[in-house]
Amino acid sequence: MDFNLSKEHLMAQQLFHDFAVNEVEPWAEQTDEEHRFPWEVVREMQKYGFMGIPFPKSVGGQGCDTLTYVLAVEEISKVCATTGVILSAHTSLAADAIFMHGTDQQKEQYLCPLAEGKKLGSFALTEAEAGTDAAGQQTKAVLDGEEWLINGSKIFITNAEVADIYIVFAMTDKAQGTRGISAFIIEKGTPGFSFGPPEKKLGIRGSSTCELIFENVRIPKDNLLGREGKGFGIAMSTLDGGRIGIAAQALGIAEGALEKTIRYVKERKQFKTPIAKFQNTQFSLAEMKTEIEASRWLVYNAAIKKDTSKSFSNEAAIAKLKASKVAGDVTRECVQLHGGYGYIQAFHVERMMRDAKITEIYEGTSEVMKMVISGNLLK
Amino acid sequence: MKIIVCIKQVPDTTEVRIDPVKGTLIREGVPSIMNPDDKAGLEAALRLKDELGAHVTVISMGPRQADTVLREALAMGADAAYLLTDPAFSGADTWATSSTLAAAIGKLDYDLIITGRQAIDGDTAQVGPEIAEHLGIPHISYCRDLKIEGDEIVVKRQFEDRYQILSAKLPALITALGEMNHPRYMTPGGIFDAYREKEVVIWSRNEVPVADGNIGLKGSPTRVVKTNPKMLKQPGTVIEAGVEESVQYVMAKLKEKYIL
Repeated sequence: MDFNLSKEHLMAQQLFHDFAVNEVEPWAEQTDEEHRFPWEVVREMQKYGFMGIPFPKSVGGQGCDTLTYVLAVEEISKVCATTGVILSAHTSLAADAIFMHGTDQQKEQYLCPLAEGKKLGSFALTEAEAGTDAAGQQTKAVLDGEEWLINGSKIFITNAEVADIYIVFAMTDKAQGTRGISAFIIEKGTPGFSFGPPEKKLGIRGSSTCELIFENVRIPKDNLLGREGKGFGIAMSTLDGGRIGIAAQALGIAEGALEKTIRYVKERKQFKTPIAKFQNTQFSLAEMKTEIEASRWLVYNAAIKKDTSKSFSNEAAIAKLKASKVAGDVTRECVQLHGGYGYIQAFHVERMMRDAKITEIYEGTSEVMKMVISGNLLK
Repeated sequence: MKIIVCIKQVPDTTEVRIDPVKGTLIREGVPSIMNPDDKAGLEAALRLKDELGAHVTVISMGPRQADTVLREALAMGADAAYLLTDPAFSGADTWATSSTLAAAIGKLDYDLIITGRQAIDGDTAQVGPEIAEHLGIPHISYCRDLKIEGDEIVVKRQFEDRYQILSAKLPALITALGEMNHPRYMTPGGIFDAYREKEVVIWSRNEVPVADGNIGLKGSPTRVVKTNPKMLKQPGTVIEAGVEESVQYVMAKLKEKYIL
């Protein structure tokens, strides 16, 4: 049992920290305020191999591991949660789904450009009537000769307008229920595939979120991902991995807010003394730090389990439940310690508080995490 | 083309504080970094590698911990790394340092040697040119820009108010200014390769063909008699921009410092 990061992980952490401070943070405020996708930052991440961290070199990746990827999402989310989720959805939902379930041909055609940073990925499961009840898929796929014919729509899709390659779930046999769901790889620009207007969100405002619309979309038969009828399992296992990324994002948000707050309380004076001298401030910082450390080790544990164990579903759910709760609690408390300055935009913690909320909702709500965890306890 | 880049691990002087009582540098807890001018030199070498397909070797003399900056250089794209480390080498002044480095470099193949202009801890700017003298090759210091033309290197040599364009026959040594480029980041995969695939070759006393009288403290003709800390006022920043942009910059800075 060793709670120390290895030398390579420490150096990677330093790299991600430097990159976040120098390349990501300068764009964070504008990204939020203008609801603008941070292409400048994403291009740099693509250039330096950040989009393929956990995948082997044979498929265009960096040959690192899930823990390294988690360190990247964490450091980047400390300064910009929007950029954190762009990296997370691309890596652990889109690319990982193909890595885990794709054929060699699919890996070469679709995973390599994703991992090499030449293309951006997206994952589309949620529908208007199928949120937590993901089995209620309405989107349909019918085999028509050598092509799948797809009709339907997906909502709240991350990286929607900006991605090139999409993992899309659809019913191939309604009568079979969850066993009638299949997964497909669809490319942007396929005739009949369009987007709804961008959603206006509480947080992670620079991330592209919209509806995907499929009207008589035809894709090659070979773009079925995994076997027909196995889509639900693919979706659930991919989301297990995605949750580790979101947990890392939540961890980063909380750490980023605490860093800003420590700086603030040392400088902010009331009653002629920095508010850091007050025990209320000190105890609050201590509690936040303790909660953050607790979530850190849950997140790292889930990442290590993903690479070393057969099952990591429970660890991922526990990590996301805890880290997202801590992100919400910590950012609210950081705004409180900032007082009025925390409520205005210039001090960043306001943005972080808004960004934190989504981590309790997407890739499975906190309630879903509790269902997963209790399901494991009671089976 | 074979390029050797000399790298020094230095304390990050932007993080160094002065002990108010003793008046000495507080080194504890100060992170160690790759000397900035050396990093620019490495970047220049890696750009030549990208353009011309050069083989880049990095070399450092220092304690075992200097392994970290050599791994960093490998993670940025260097091909090979050597660390000259031995208690016999410690306490070296610029003469002993350059004698040791030159002797080690003499065992390797090179067309071009790049060092940083100077290290941010010692600020002597002597080691680079001295290595060239020991090896009997031409050197050009204060390089702001460079290109390879046939068997020559053409260098823009920067002064405060002007520059020279100089050329030298290869093999030659140049000393790089930190301002000459923006060094690239490492890649995550580069880091893993640096630790798991590549090697930092350790050369101790016996592997470096240099006379005893030219190494370490004993081989150092100069001595540091005393170091006096000088409290530097932070330099001002000149903003060359329109009124609106300048005001926005100032406002952002004031907010950052919690003055507003």
